[in-house]
Amino acid sequence: MAKTENQKAWFFVLPVLILVAFNAIIPLMTVVNYSVQETFGNNDFFWAGVVWFEEILHSSRFHDSLMRQLTFTFTILAIEIPLGVIIALAMPRKGPWVPVCLILMSLPLLIPWNVVGAMWNIFALPDIGMLGRMLNEMGFDYNFTRQVGDAWFTLILMDVWHWTSLVVLLAYAGLVSIPDAYYQAAKIDGANSLSIFRYIQLPKMKRVLTIAVLLRFMDSFNIYTEPFVLTGGGPGNSTTLLSIDLVKIALGQFDLGPAAAMSLIYFLVILLLSWVFYTLMMRNEEQ
Amino acid sequence: MKRAIPAIYILFLMLPIYWLVSMSFKPTTEILGSFTLWPNEFTLENYKTIFSDASWYMGYVNSMIYVSINTAMSVAVALPAAYAFSRYRFLGDKHLFFWLLTNRMAPAAVFALPFFQLYSAVSLFDTHFAVALAHTLFNVPLAVWILEGFMSGVPKQLDETAYVDGYSFPHFFVKIFVPTIGAGIGVAAFFCFMFSWVELLLGKTLTAVAAKPIAATMTKTASSSGYELGLLAAAGTLTIIPGAFVIYFVRNYIAKGFALGRV
Repeated sequence: MAKTENQKAWFFVLPVLILVAFNAIIPLMTVVNYSVQETFGNNDFFWAGVVWFEEILHSSRFHDSLMRQLTFTFTILAIEIPLGVIIALAMPRKGPWVPVCLILMSLPLLIPWNVVGAMWNIFALPDIGMLGRMLNEMGFDYNFTRQVGDAWFTLILMDVWHWTSLVVLLAYAGLVSIPDAYYQAAKIDGANSLSIFRYIQLPKMKRVLTIAVLLRFMDSFNIYTEPFVLTGGGPGNSTTLLSIDLVKIALGQFDLGPAAAMSLIYFLVILLLSWVFYTLMMRNEEQ
Repeated sequence: MKRAIPAIYILFLMLPIYWLVSMSFKPTTEILGSFTLWPNEFTLENYKTIFSDASWYMGYVNSMIYVSINTAMSVAVALPAAYAFSRYRFLGDKHLFFWLLTNRMAPAAVFALPFFQLYSAVSLFDTHFAVALAHTLFNVPLAVWILEGFMSGVPKQLDETAYVDGYSFPHFFVKIFVPTIGAGIGVAAFFCFMFSWVELLLGKTLTAVAAKPIAATMTKTASSSGYELGLLAAAGTLTIIPGAFVIYFVRNYIAKGFALGRV
């Protein structure tokens, strides 16, 4: 649609700007403020320059949690995106089962995050939880509170359970927007289901999948409550993702300077990666 | 065969939920004492406790209040902004749109402490309004994004015809435009509801007693007694209900919400 040039449109955007600026800019400036200062309590602050940034960038603790975070995010993306597409492809397009499927699939999305964590914690307990008990009965030595591998398995399974539906909803939305005529044309041309997927369905889903990847990327990078309630970052530090580590430093040890510097680096990493994702996928679309 | 895939997936989704619901009907002794697939000693005791204790049920009331305020506020400010983005070009519009989206990328953990200080400074701490306002950080950008998509689907001729017919802008917007994109408003409201309902970190940071969300009430009980698993399961089960209720109303539109939006 052709848009008209109109600078007065700024007035329409103003309420949103004021609201978001209040919530985003003031706290962000507070963080920036802390990140360049040192405090010994009593509200005395001293200029510290970029000391905290250097400290964080060189600390192995930060590198470790960043690596864990990247491993987590890319693992769940690699599972949830293809799985979501497969499920969306297999879903009925019409009929009474469509709303039933949609409602049941959306349920996990609407459960408060700490309830999700608590629920999976109880579900996976090796002695009284359904999943833990079943795995042990089947002969696996499963205990997510003691063994690192099991903790990761549970964490990833929980996230797949929690968020795959969002990918399904988006991919499904892309699929139902394809007119029937496309399929009929493909049938006349004698296309098999693989080439229908490759040349009709995938291109039509590209835009919603971009949204899905971006949303899942941003949200999984920010994840805090669910893993915190599920494993508390343990056993040891093995599932301490970035936000968990950040909250430990900021509220647990009250090291405001390092915590603020880490926040900013964390935020920049997300921004940078989102931008890379965004440009890569947009370039693909143009080709 | 093809139908088996969604069926298995839904079964996988339902298992943990079933476990939670079945535990909520068990007395704590049964949960801890033995492994039972369904309640042997069926009890409603856990639910009775929640509905008779104000410190429990007020959690639900508090959550519902701030979620409603947040949804209304987010949609109200997002409407004119989305209209501007979908109809006009103006200085810095693309940058502004991306900047709005970056706020969704900000980890809540980063903002927890500064939020506490900011809201204490403007003496909003421990009010429903504080949580509602804080949640606009991630809900307003999302609402603008969804509404913009729906509005761009409405042809501009609608606006022009209304002006020719002598409608003023506010009159046109409220009487004609808003009803036209009703589905979009429903979807945006649904996502605002959802993200405000499930968020805990900010909700917990900004409240103490008067506006404490149900999710925070649950963490407290879990840590202080630690053994009231049945009660915890009942409280958790009750948090699923409002969401299920809201989904039912927008079931035909949820899928469309993002499909029409732009990145």
